[in-house]
Amino acid sequence: MSTIVLTLVTGVGLGALYFLVASGLSLIYGLMHVLNFAHGAFLTLSAFVGFMVAQALGTDSWGSFLLSILVGGVVGALFATLTELVLIRPLYERHIEQVLVTVGLSFAAVALFEGIWGTDPIHISGPDWLRQTSDVLGARIPNTYWVLMIAAVLVLAGLVLFLRKTRYGMIIRAGVENRSMVTALGIDVRRSFTLVFAIGGAAAGIGGVLAMHYSTFVSAHLGQTLLIFAFIVTVVGGLGSLTGAAVASVLVAVLQQFANSYLGGTGDFIVVILLALVLLVRPAGLLGRKA
Amino acid sequence: MSAAEAILTVSGLRCSIAGQQVVEDVSFEVPATGITAVLGRNGVGKTSTLRGVLGLIHRRGEVRLAGERIDGLPTHLIVRRGVGYVPEDREVFAGLSVAENLALAERQRNPRREFVAELFPDLVARRDQPAGTLSGGQQQMVSVARALLNDNRLLLVDEPTKGLAPKIVAEVAAALEEASKTVPILLVEQNLEVVRRLADDAVVIAGGRVAHIGKAREILDDEELTRRLLGVHAERAA
Repeated sequence: MSTIVLTLVTGVGLGALYFLVASGLSLIYGLMHVLNFAHGAFLTLSAFVGFMVAQALGTDSWGSFLLSILVGGVVGALFATLTELVLIRPLYERHIEQVLVTVGLSFAAVALFEGIWGTDPIHISGPDWLRQTSDVLGARIPNTYWVLMIAAVLVLAGLVLFLRKTRYGMIIRAGVENRSMVTALGIDVRRSFTLVFAIGGAAAGIGGVLAMHYSTFVSAHLGQTLLIFAFIVTVVGGLGSLTGAAVASVLVAVLQQFANSYLGGTGDFIVVILLALVLLVRPAGLLGRKA
Repeated sequence: MSAAEAILTVSGLRCSIAGQQVVEDVSFEVPATGITAVLGRNGVGKTSTLRGVLGLIHRRGEVRLAGERIDGLPTHLIVRRGVGYVPEDREVFAGLSVAENLALAERQRNPRREFVAELFPDLVARRDQPAGTLSGGQQQMVSVARALLNDNRLLLVDEPTKGLAPKIVAEVAAALEEASKTVPILLVEQNLEVVRRLADDAVVIAGGRVAHIGKAREILDDEELTRRLLGVHAERAA
C-alpha cells in the first residue's frame, strides 16, 4: 500500500514539474502556432541564475530558496521576452523558420551555458526540510514533491485568474481560437505574443529552479531533458489547452512512475506509447480543439 | 461618383491566398451613405475582396478610406480607423461568453451597448452563455453586434444571412437596415431578396474582376444580366 501511495504522490509531484514547463509551451503554441524548442533554455538559464542567487545568500535558508524561485521566474520571463522580440517577431507568420530558430537557440544556449558553468552537473542542497520526507499512509514522501505541487497549483491558479479576469487574458483565449478574427476587431495580437512568451518563460523559470532542487543538481542539459516530456504532455493534453496540459501532466507522470515501479523501469517507453495512442485515437489531444 | 463622396475607394486590388490569385483586378467605390452590395457567383472573389480590403490576406493595389491610403496598414490599424467587420461564418469565439465576445470588440470609451441591446435583446439575456453554444442565428447576432458597438466609418459585412432560418434572416436584415442609417455598409450577400431590400448600389464580380457596377435594383431587374453574372433568373432574384 505504501509503495502505491509513494508512486502516486511522486507521480503527481513530477506531473507538477511537467506542468510548469508545459503550460507555457501550450499557450505559446495555441496562440502563435510556434513549437518553442528554446523553452528548455529558459528553464536552464533560470536554474543557473537561481543557483547563483542561492549560493550567494546561503543555500540552507528559506529566504534564499524563495528568492531564487522569484529570480528564476523573472529571468525566464526576460529571456523569453527577448527571444520573442528579437528572434520570433521578425519571422511573423513564417512558422517553419520560427521553429528552426528556436531549435538553433536551444543548441546555442546549451553550448553557452557549458562555456560559462562547465559541462559537469553542479550539485545543490536547499533548506533542510527539502531533504527530508513526510509520512503519508506509511509512505515516506520526499518533501520536494510538496513544493512542486504547491508551485504548480499557484501557477495554474494565477494563469486561470489571468486568462479569465483580465482583458489580455481574454485576448489570449480568443487568439488561441481564432487569431485573425482578433486582429479584425482592431487588436494588435502581436503584443499578446510577447506577453504569452513572458508568462511561459516565467513558469519555465520557476520550474527550472524547482527542477534543480528536485534533481539536486543543475547542468546545461537540465531543460532539454524536461522539454521532451513537456512536449509529450502538451500534445497529449491538446495543444493550446491549459487545462489539458494540467490533466496530461499528472496523467503522464503518474503513468510513468507506476511503469517505472511495477513494469521494470519502462516509464519513458510507456509514456511514448501513450503519446502514440493519443495521436492515433484523438489527434487533437485530450482537451484540444479539433482542427 | 467622385472620390470625395466615397468612403472607400478600391483601385486595382489583387489578392492571393497561399500563392493562389483569388482576386485579379478589382476597382470600385463605396458611397459614404447606404448599402453597397458585392454580388457574384460562388468563388468569384467576393469574400476575398473584403478580406483583401481589411488586409487579412495578401493583397496589392490601392485602398483608400475617406481618402487616406490604408493598403499598407496591418489589419488592426485599418479597423481602428473605423472599419467594422462581420465575417462569413460568424467567427465568434466559441469558448468565450457572449459578453466577452462583445467586450473584446469595444474600441471606444463609450461603446454603443444600448443600441446593440435594443437591436438584439436576446444577447443581453444570454450574456453569460458561451458563444459556441448559441444557435447559428444568435451567433450571427453576436457577430453583427461586435461591429455595431463602435462608431465605425464603414462596415464590411460578409454573407450575414448565410444558413439562417427565414425569421432570423429578416431580423438580421432589419438590424443592417437600421445600422445603415448611421454607417455605410459594403455587403457581400447571396440572398438576392435581402439585396433587393437593403442595397442601393451593387458591384458584380466575375472571375476575380469587376464585371458590372450600377444600382442594385436595376441589376436585379435585368434578367439577362442576373442570369449571366449571378447564375439566376430575374424572377428568382425578385
